[in-house]
Amino acid sequence: MKILVCARRVPDTSENEIEINGAGNDIERDELVYSINEPDNYAVEEALQIRDRIGGDVTVVTIGGEDDDEILRRELAMGANQAVLISDDAFSGSDGRGIAAVLAAFVKKGHYDLILTGVQAEDGAAQVGGMLAAMLDYPFASLVNSIAVEDGKLRVSREIESGNREINEIDLPCVLSIQTGINEPRYVGMRGIRQVASLPIPVLGASDVGVDQATVGEAGARVKRVDYFVPVLSKGAQILHGSREENADEVLELVAAKGGLK
Amino acid sequence: MVGIYLPAQITDWLVPGRSLFLTIHVVGVACFAYIVARRLVPLVRAQRDFRFDRPLTRVGSVLKFWLGQWKHPRYKFAGTIHVLIFAGFILLAARAFSVLIVGVSGNFVMPGLSGRTGHIYDIVTDYAATVVFLCMVVLAIRRLVFKPARYAVPAKYGQGHTADAVFLLGLIATLMVADSLFAASNAAGHAQQGQTVETLAVLSLPWMFKILLGSITLTTLSVVNVTAYLVHEVTFYFLLCYRPFGIQFHVETSLFSVYFAKLDRGTLKPVRWGVPDESLDQVKSFGVKTFEDFTWKHMLDFYSCADCGRCADNCPANAVGRPLAPRFLTIKARDYAFQHYPVFGKAQNHEPLIGTIYSEDEIWSCTTCGACEEECPLLVEYIDKIVDLRRGMIDDGNVPQSLQKPLKALENRGNPYGKMEKKRADWAKAGGFQQSCGLKILDGKNADTLYFVDSITSYDDRMQSIGRATARILDDVGENFGILGAAEKDSGHEVRRFGEEMLFQALRDHNTGAIKASGVARIVTSDPHAYNALKHDYKDVPPVEHISQVIAREVKGGNIQFRPLESEQNVYTYHDPCYLGRHNQVYDDPRSVLDAIPGLKRVEMKRSRDRSFCCGGGGLMLFYEPKEEQRMGVLRVRMAAEAGANVMVTACPFCMVNIEDAIKVAGMEEKMSVMDLTELVDQQIVHKARKEELETATCGG
Repeated sequence: MKILVCARRVPDTSENEIEINGAGNDIERDELVYSINEPDNYAVEEALQIRDRIGGDVTVVTIGGEDDDEILRRELAMGANQAVLISDDAFSGSDGRGIAAVLAAFVKKGHYDLILTGVQAEDGAAQVGGMLAAMLDYPFASLVNSIAVEDGKLRVSREIESGNREINEIDLPCVLSIQTGINEPRYVGMRGIRQVASLPIPVLGASDVGVDQATVGEAGARVKRVDYFVPVLSKGAQILHGSREENADEVLELVAAKGGLK
Repeated sequence: MVGIYLPAQITDWLVPGRSLFLTIHVVGVACFAYIVARRLVPLVRAQRDFRFDRPLTRVGSVLKFWLGQWKHPRYKFAGTIHVLIFAGFILLAARAFSVLIVGVSGNFVMPGLSGRTGHIYDIVTDYAATVVFLCMVVLAIRRLVFKPARYAVPAKYGQGHTADAVFLLGLIATLMVADSLFAASNAAGHAQQGQTVETLAVLSLPWMFKILLGSITLTTLSVVNVTAYLVHEVTFYFLLCYRPFGIQFHVETSLFSVYFAKLDRGTLKPVRWGVPDESLDQVKSFGVKTFEDFTWKHMLDFYSCADCGRCADNCPANAVGRPLAPRFLTIKARDYAFQHYPVFGKAQNHEPLIGTIYSEDEIWSCTTCGACEEECPLLVEYIDKIVDLRRGMIDDGNVPQSLQKPLKALENRGNPYGKMEKKRADWAKAGGFQQSCGLKILDGKNADTLYFVDSITSYDDRMQSIGRATARILDDVGENFGILGAAEKDSGHEVRRFGEEMLFQALRDHNTGAIKASGVARIVTSDPHAYNALKHDYKDVPPVEHISQVIAREVKGGNIQFRPLESEQNVYTYHDPCYLGRHNQVYDDPRSVLDAIPGLKRVEMKRSRDRSFCCGGGGLMLFYEPKEEQRMGVLRVRMAAEAGANVMVTACPFCMVNIEDAIKVAGMEEKMSVMDLTELVDQQIVHKARKEELETATCGG
């Protein structure tokens, strides 16, 4: 099975202190450390596991600048067969639809049986997967947390509210957005990355993928970010006093009262 | 008739059996040689291991740990019995050898054992055989009736080993009886024939047998004699050839295991012996993934383990119900070796160990506290094996999610919490602390001493108190010192012990560069893990001391004076951090500091010094989510309470985290508290300012 995973490099929320920049329309990007968007990493792992089970080939693609090479190396070290960087100044300022259009153009140039995206980018809007499927006229399932391959189709389970799951059958080729927790992604250390340091990563521009330039970039964007907020640290903590048994009872009551227990 | 020989030597009774005895000799020796050769097959295919250096030190450790049985008395009863049996075997070796030869060459006398010496030797060995026999009886009773808990085999590790143990005891007992009966029948025969009778040691087995045989006919005696001989010979060779199939193999292998044992505490084996760090990229696979990835010495360890259970008995992971017992790490590998490298048939190998004989959780459960290695009478190594297995898992990407985040943060930010590098020295900058105690943040060559803070003390709100106390103490003793601040990264101690060698090397190289650039002449740290890393894992850095060593020296030299404790209600106990105590043998310095504080009452926990019980582990172990029934820290806090203490003093920030949590988990906040040695010293020390004030007052007066 030929699988394409669309991945993205994002500021790592666990290793950065996110602050608003002076203009107030973005975060302060100096001194940020980046990593692969977490759900995307699960998607790559899932692709690798499917490949290892039934055979095939895994390609990881990202849209970005030369720094984004870093996450592609990491996914190659995990075991992806090849990685592609799509990079063009024309893409700068694209909205979700623009990104989906670039990816759709790229998909049309190759033949993929299965396309995976993370459920959403940590700094994104969870829209690319669905739009990509629509542009390709492929079936789409979101929030997928298990995949079984059957003849010409997949049986996927989707996470819905309260941890419930529903099982869907979906025809191939299709697009799935992958939920974290679907697997346990393997670890990649410095050694793994060093071992793939010399593998070539082709860089494709707008004309190489053949995307309609009108849909991408700032000009093509129909959604624009105008402001940015970080939550204000509030003082909502309630400190319980008393013995441990009393505390335990009280916690139970509180959780039940807020609807956390049935 | 045999008896009619009237032999010059009673051993001539054996003459008719000579060809049979010779056959048994040849077959016995051939079988043993063949079995041992087969046992050596995996060792030949194993990884390299450099154990041929420092022969004098190694002979010294053979004299101490093998011949001297140094570790055995740590378990008084079993240890004493073992020392007796070992001494018996050593004494009986020449006798057994003579007896074997006598069957073929009747007049054989071991060189050096003729005449008076031989006579004394016979007496001594009569007793030796008797003592060994009695030990077998005692041990059989112990195994069958008293069943010490540490010999039990939990169901998940297979069947119990009692039957095998008792069978072996029976074989040795048989050997002793046969040997004694042979000597007794010889003596009885000589007596009946009016020849010179060997003096048998009074109350020994041969002596008693001789009395029993006193009245029987010479013919029967000759039958007894030949039978005893035959039984002795058959048992001897059976035992010899049976030993390589089980725990008794240590009789042969222990000498080598001890000679080749690891000599340097606190160190780790390299990824591959003989491969320098800069060539590691060319190494295809890291660590131990298949049995053949173990080094030959580690395989020898598997053969040498005597299944005594002391390692598991002292293992904190085992004590809290984590899925790890060092004993079974070895036993499972030994069984694997026997199965895959059989004495007959083809060796089949190269299957992964994780998922077959070992589980991932088993290998991650170890805190590398070293209690097992400290206890093992045969110096079997565990930490290097665990780390090698982890290196293999890391290399395969097989790492729990709970550890992936901190590892990645260490790679990106140089600390496991993912905090910003520039905030590493915030603890020192806050509230003008830096200026108050002459603490520099080094950016050129402007200090003699580096205080290596490490991640937890730099970033953890609670542990920063250890940092401040350490800085104030260094200031008080007049050190010109500083910290690296943002230029410092995690020492990588646990990174390395969790098997992430390349990340460790990156951290080490970064820190080494920063330390060298600072131009300091020495390093002090308050974190035993950093201490161990800088001392053993780093090369070419200035000498390093733990703060407790500095304090102890300054107390001794009179540079530190303590105020008496305000309250004498408290009873203190010192908890030895593994990487200060066991791995670096710093036991007395912290205690001497405590004892120098006027009015401080100190008690020892039952498990202290080299038997200290791990608090739960440091560094990345704080992130790992083990499967366990309870926390190590909780057990430790209870031990302190049992000793009658209500304040635990430790000298490691990780011990502090674990013990502080454990006190809460155990609900013992009212009864127990914990503090770091530096905090207590900082609280009781007569500070510089105060000292100067006193001195001025004295001068003025």
